[in-house]
Amino acid sequence: MRQTLSEKIFSRHCGREVFAGEYIIASVDLVMAHDTTCAWSLDPFSQISRRVWNSDRVVITFDHAFPSPSVDAASLQARIRRFAKEQGIPILREGVCHQILAERFVNPGDLVLGADSHTPTSGALGALAIGVGSTDFAIAMATGQCWFLVPSTIRLELEGELSPGVYAKDVALHIAARIGASGGTYRTLEYGGETVRAMSVSDRLTLTNMAAELGAKAGVVEADRHTAEYLQAMRPGYTVPDLSPFRSDEEAQYEQILQVQVGDLPPLVAQPPDIDRVISSGELEKDGISLDQIFIGSCTNGRIEDLALVARIWQGQRLHPDLRVVITPASNQVYLEALSKGYLELFLKMGATVTNPGCGACLGRHLGVLAEEEVCLSTSNRNFTGRMGSPKASIFLASPATAAASAITGKITDPRRFLA
Amino acid sequence: MNWIFGDHVNTDQITPGRYNITTDPNRLGAIAFIEARPEFHEKVRPGDFILAGENFGCGSSRETAVIALKACGLQAILARSFARIFYRNGMNLGLLLVTTDTRGIEPTDELFLNPQKGELLNRTTGDCHQATVPPMMLRFWEEGGILSYLSRQGLDLSSLIRGG
Repeated sequence: MRQTLSEKIFSRHCGREVFAGEYIIASVDLVMAHDTTCAWSLDPFSQISRRVWNSDRVVITFDHAFPSPSVDAASLQARIRRFAKEQGIPILREGVCHQILAERFVNPGDLVLGADSHTPTSGALGALAIGVGSTDFAIAMATGQCWFLVPSTIRLELEGELSPGVYAKDVALHIAARIGASGGTYRTLEYGGETVRAMSVSDRLTLTNMAAELGAKAGVVEADRHTAEYLQAMRPGYTVPDLSPFRSDEEAQYEQILQVQVGDLPPLVAQPPDIDRVISSGELEKDGISLDQIFIGSCTNGRIEDLALVARIWQGQRLHPDLRVVITPASNQVYLEALSKGYLELFLKMGATVTNPGCGACLGRHLGVLAEEEVCLSTSNRNFTGRMGSPKASIFLASPATAAASAITGKITDPRRFLA
Repeated sequence: MNWIFGDHVNTDQITPGRYNITTDPNRLGAIAFIEARPEFHEKVRPGDFILAGENFGCGSSRETAVIALKACGLQAILARSFARIFYRNGMNLGLLLVTTDTRGIEPTDELFLNPQKGELLNRTTGDCHQATVPPMMLRFWEEGGILSYLSRQGLDLSSLIRGG
């Protein structure tokens, strides 16, 4: 055996051994679309089919703009609702699609197709999760299959222990700076090494989520003990399968193996408008960049571990009065846990705004749209011009710790002094 | 006319999220580059080319980016490289995406593209560039998209990958 994890998962889903570079037709375990991309798939779907291939294997979430902020969005959602009802597919309204897939649906070894670019996120569970457009989603929804080019794999071997105040998000930004915004195009990025083995699934989800920003087809982490514990915690009664097939062979052919030393990394920030314009938050602090809004949430960093970190940093502090702080838990499950642990009460009493779970401000449709000249620090994954509102606004990306520290000072701030 | 863009043109620039709330191709065509290049929609003519650098179409999976550009009547998008979801979407919807060296081509240069031969001729300078279009893209483009192709094949997906 000499296959990468990607090649193994593709092989399991097309009935023969396949390797990087082959065009294949593979069966998928799950297809997902949301309130925007599902709407765009309905006409393509009706051109080729009347019934979905398996209504239990189609996941539709309302998360990008839910509850609807406009008549246009409401009309699209109404169309999807009618379609879903006809097909017997429930519509999930409990948070960001990628978080829901990780919490409830994706298993190690699965092949998942999602009509959203951040679909690689659930690859953190040892699955292959691939983002596509609405036409591919429509075809897969009709047939349970899709065409693929089996990707080569770049293995990122992460070594060292993260310093206090430095998190998976900082590692993801460091990798972005190292390989660039198109450094993963058409490839699978496989995150491994001692640092990743020590990471929680929450942190791994941050890494694979950001694989999308590097152009990757998928981001994967080999399934292990942490994966099993996560799945058991999320899904009561879950029987852990044999995880040994869900790792790359020692003789697997990688396109490249990159060693990434993380021990000396500082907290990092991506500067607008590119993911790979990365600088340390300490360096940026010297510039005294005043913020108008902080967004804590998204499929990158809206999990309970992220909110716990924010709550810890905010203990005994005050939020800067000139700032809007918007917190959007990634899912209902995260929301409920944050509620029971008292985080939401703390956030609200400090003057932050806690919204319903979903994509929130990340994509600039609602719940925190930016005005001209405004500056936002966000824990999400994309800082493109105009992403969160006015094209004249600026978006910096950082970890929840950096966001929490900056919420206290009102400026982009190295979080380490609040973590002493 | 050749519309010249740089590297890493993202789909938030092509169809920004706040305007991207419709499935109507004509409405989508009207928002193409609405903020990044406001004159684009008004001045683009059928048969025009977009010329770009690396990683054209990066970011969101939104298929509206392809639908909008196709609705503008572009002959093809020529770039040094494309982002993968955009590339798949272009392929599926029958928008010709050509990988070629776009450096040095001017907005007014007269271009002649032969996708079947894989050639791009610059009639203004006399230069001839290699223009890569995979057989699968050519097939879907000639059929007007993957869905027409699949409908003719009785939804037989294995027909898609014959011939690479």
